Amino acid sequence: MLYINCPHCGMRSQNEFSYGGDASVKRPELNKEVSDQEWDNFVYNRKSLRGKHLELWQHISGCRQWIKVERDTATHEIFRTFKSDEEVA
Amino acid sequence: MTQAFRIENGGLINRHKKLSFKFNGKTYLGYEGDTLASALLANGVHLVGRSFKYHRPRGFFGAGVDEPYAVVQLFRNGETEPNIKATEQELFEGLEAKSVNCWPSVNFDIGAINNFLKIFLPAGFYYKTFMWPKSFWYRIYEPFIRKAAGLGVASTKHDKERYEHKYEYCDLLIAGSGPSGLASAYAAAKNGAKVILAEDKPRFGGSLLTSDVNIGNQSGKDWADGIVAELKTMPNVVVKNRSQIFGYYDHNMLVMSEKVSDHLPSTKKYHPNKRLWYIRAKEVLISSGSIERPIVFGNNDTPGVMLSSAAKEYLKVYSVLVGRKPLVFTNNDSGYETAIEFKKHGVDPVVLDSRKNSESEIIDEAKNLGINIKNSYVVVAAQGYKKVKSADIASISEDKKQLGKIENIQCDCICVSGFWTPTIHLASQSGNKTKFKEEIDAFVTGQSKQNEITLGAANGVFSLEETLKTSFTAGSELSKKITENDNKIPIPNVVEKKSSQHDKFWCVPLPKGKNYKRFLDFQNDVAVSDVEIALREGYRSIEHVKRYTTLGMATDQGKTSNLNGLQLVSEIENKVVPAVGHTTFRPPYTPVSIGAIVGREVGKHSKPTRKSPMHSWHEKNNAVFVDAGVWLRPRYYKRGNENLFEGSKREAKNVRTNVGVCDVTTLGKIDIKGPDAAELLNRVYTNAWLKLPVGKARYGLMLREDGIVMDDGTTTRISENHYHMTTTTAQAANVLSHLEYYLQLVWPELNVNVVSTTEQWAGAAIAGPKSRDLLQKLFPNSDVSNEGLPFMGYMEGDLFGVKARIYRISFSGELAYEVNVESDYGNFMWEKIIEVGEEFNIQPYGTEALSTLRIEMGHVAGSELDGRTIPFDNALEGLVSKKKDFIGKRSLQRSAFIAKDRQRIVGVVPLDKQTSIPEGSHLVKDDKAPLPNPKLGHISASCWSVEYDNPFSLAILKDGKNMIGQKLFAMSPLKNKIIPVEIVSSHYVDPKGERVRS
Repeated sequence: MLYINCPHCGMRSQNEFSYGGDASVKRPELNKEVSDQEWDNFVYNRKSLRGKHLELWQHISGCRQWIKVERDTATHEIFRTFKSDEEVA
Repeated sequence: MTQAFRIENGGLINRHKKLSFKFNGKTYLGYEGDTLASALLANGVHLVGRSFKYHRPRGFFGAGVDEPYAVVQLFRNGETEPNIKATEQELFEGLEAKSVNCWPSVNFDIGAINNFLKIFLPAGFYYKTFMWPKSFWYRIYEPFIRKAAGLGVASTKHDKERYEHKYEYCDLLIAGSGPSGLASAYAAAKNGAKVILAEDKPRFGGSLLTSDVNIGNQSGKDWADGIVAELKTMPNVVVKNRSQIFGYYDHNMLVMSEKVSDHLPSTKKYHPNKRLWYIRAKEVLISSGSIERPIVFGNNDTPGVMLSSAAKEYLKVYSVLVGRKPLVFTNNDSGYETAIEFKKHGVDPVVLDSRKNSESEIIDEAKNLGINIKNSYVVVAAQGYKKVKSADIASISEDKKQLGKIENIQCDCICVSGFWTPTIHLASQSGNKTKFKEEIDAFVTGQSKQNEITLGAANGVFSLEETLKTSFTAGSELSKKITENDNKIPIPNVVEKKSSQHDKFWCVPLPKGKNYKRFLDFQNDVAVSDVEIALREGYRSIEHVKRYTTLGMATDQGKTSNLNGLQLVSEIENKVVPAVGHTTFRPPYTPVSIGAIVGREVGKHSKPTRKSPMHSWHEKNNAVFVDAGVWLRPRYYKRGNENLFEGSKREAKNVRTNVGVCDVTTLGKIDIKGPDAAELLNRVYTNAWLKLPVGKARYGLMLREDGIVMDDGTTTRISENHYHMTTTTAQAANVLSHLEYYLQLVWPELNVNVVSTTEQWAGAAIAGPKSRDLLQKLFPNSDVSNEGLPFMGYMEGDLFGVKARIYRISFSGELAYEVNVESDYGNFMWEKIIEVGEEFNIQPYGTEALSTLRIEMGHVAGSELDGRTIPFDNALEGLVSKKKDFIGKRSLQRSAFIAKDRQRIVGVVPLDKQTSIPEGSHLVKDDKAPLPNPKLGHISASCWSVEYDNPFSLAILKDGKNMIGQKLFAMSPLKNKIIPVEIVSSHYVDPKGERVRS
């Protein structure tokens, strides 16, 4: 079970969180013309990377904040975690 | 029954407490402190089972977790458990066990005919044989294989035992209480670190229980006892025996199974049978020791052939002689230690040493005791069927290829030592890339992957002095990092006998003209010849060889067989062992009860139970409950001998004619506050929200980004920047997360806060033509007239002194209201409604009537919003704004969603107006069409219309819009029904919606 450093609460076990997918996905702006391809990329197409992956988790049984977690999808190593509004450098 | 093989004195058993037990129906005696294995051996019982494939007789091979043979079916306190190792099961009064894998009995097993057919059962036999004809697989082959295979039978009864889970955090977790475990635990504990020390056996001390060593001027065992006693007094230390750490998972999470009650005749009241510990450790010290490995020779599976260390353990710990004429076959000094123990107890062993000559303190001691030692000698084959009677032995050439003349010597057991294999499973599970250590012919741990280090024999270090030194240091250094204490522990002086180099010899060649089975994997009956076949047939990867031959795949996971298998592959392939590599070690290290993994989450504990504040009233009034997600909701209130159909019909009819009240507390409720609340709703819902006035409610539909309907519900504007959202019971948690997602990540600029208030409000829906009259009496000071509180209106009221929220919303299609009060007043509200409503013939109604009312009105619910439908499918496209953008809008342009014959909700009535249509039935054009009959749609919900007194269903039907009036068939192969039906409007009752506005 992963041990995730919630930037708001500290180290917590994975079973307090729920997974939210790729954090790099940007929702197209509202009221903007979006091509089929762009929309498909947003809704469906994901890279399924092996290696370092920035992803979303929600601390659902804790502070309920959505956070960003930089995790290796092959080894499960977690490198860094960020608040939802933190820039990932 | 006498314990003929029990020595009179010594051992660690409690001779004051005799225990009687049954094995295969026969009663025996043993002592407290015995295992089932040691007690059987004390009684001279060596035959305990039959092997997996050939049904050859099986005895005891080890004395602990590595045991491949002695797997029994255990009976305890009216329960039965399969796959129990007799070497691990502690004896208790009244224990009952039976052999597995044999029929009709272990002494006469019909399956043993496989042994004579073994030429037909080589590796891959099943794969090759049971391929054709295909139809034979299910009917003949599979049932046959299933009956023939398996180790014991799982109980089909409900497990009465209780299992617990425990979560623990510690600084140092130490797996194994041998010398390295004790030393590191002691050093770390002295530095004030929080330590958990786990030992899988009942006794602490590991190898110190059987080795002839001296630590700090006491025997190894006394030193161990002293350390354990002191550790137990320290508040920062948890010392656990009977506790197996079986898995090393991500981020230093280890899982341990503690056998709390298995050693007792029955589990004590309020105690669990097992406790599963989830331990998050800062540092993990693996001191799991090593397991002796066998030498491969002919018929090496005969009962009486066992590991020399096991023979020594039975002797030293349990005072049991595994034989009176022992033959020790060794390639290293460990065999001598066993021989010396035999000799000390008045038994004369013969030692066969594969080495030409070797000298050490241990060998000198054996020689001084006058033990008969034959160098450059090997066991060619064991003789005897159900028990070793003699051994064919021969001298062996220096290159280990040529056998000398075969001699036969009498013996009743053969104690084998092929040197030691470090137990690296936990380290390997943690991700450690193991490496092969030539000096010991085994894999040891390499670079640490997580925070784990491996100590002592588990790390291939077999010198006690070195083990203690490194372990004291490791314990103290690692704890110093955490606690910043640095209490130096003096390392005690050690007296141990030096041993000589072992012989790199693991397999005795076959003598000319003989075709003995030489087993590698004892539990799965994998012999040298099987691996040879696999390689001949082209299997190269060790992972493939493993799966084809099943080498190392039994419940013992190849603890004694892996390395010899690798040696064989490397020899045939002419590769070095590290190039062959080993198969992956996966948790669990040893079988774990499913019950322990499940823990307390069984039956009603498998999920939380949520009850509304009115629950006790429902109970008192004969409610029959139904699970609605995690909620318990009244399904109907039973009167007299009514069944569900009659009761729900009565309740629904009363709503249509008088007034009913339904507990709607379970609906999800979300409080939304902030200046941008309206903007959020406008983006989340498909319809327009910016112009909703204060004091008004609106029905809203929300989509996922892929255009599928996510949820529906009403949201009310309580005040300028304050909204009250309701969701369906099932989606409440998801909708909250959904809102939080958009607020925190997508549109953080929106100034809005959301919070769940589901449990803060108790809700009662009051529905029926007389509901306004009732409401007026409940709120005499409020104007609840059609003008004062119009459809979709909202007001606050005073319910006999309790603040209430009143919404004029309807799910039933009748004139209806929903009243909310703070949860603590829920029961008060409910009782008042029932009391005041009496004059209007009020009746409470449950979820079944609720469904009936909504179905015949054509209102959609979870069975239509099933994660596969869009607004159009639910006839809700009128709620989809064309002007504004919202979540999921772009997806609605997908070609499938705008197809001309897009599916749509319809009503379905059986032509005979009698036959109820099972939910899930398929709608087809032709009931006689060949299968698969093209499906046009499915029945999503069915009820008995109280308005028309005939069955009515809703369906999602292809091109539903143009199908009204068509005649189709509803087919339910499950219920074996074919029902001719007519498609009608989904709005079966009050299609214009006049009642709700009346």
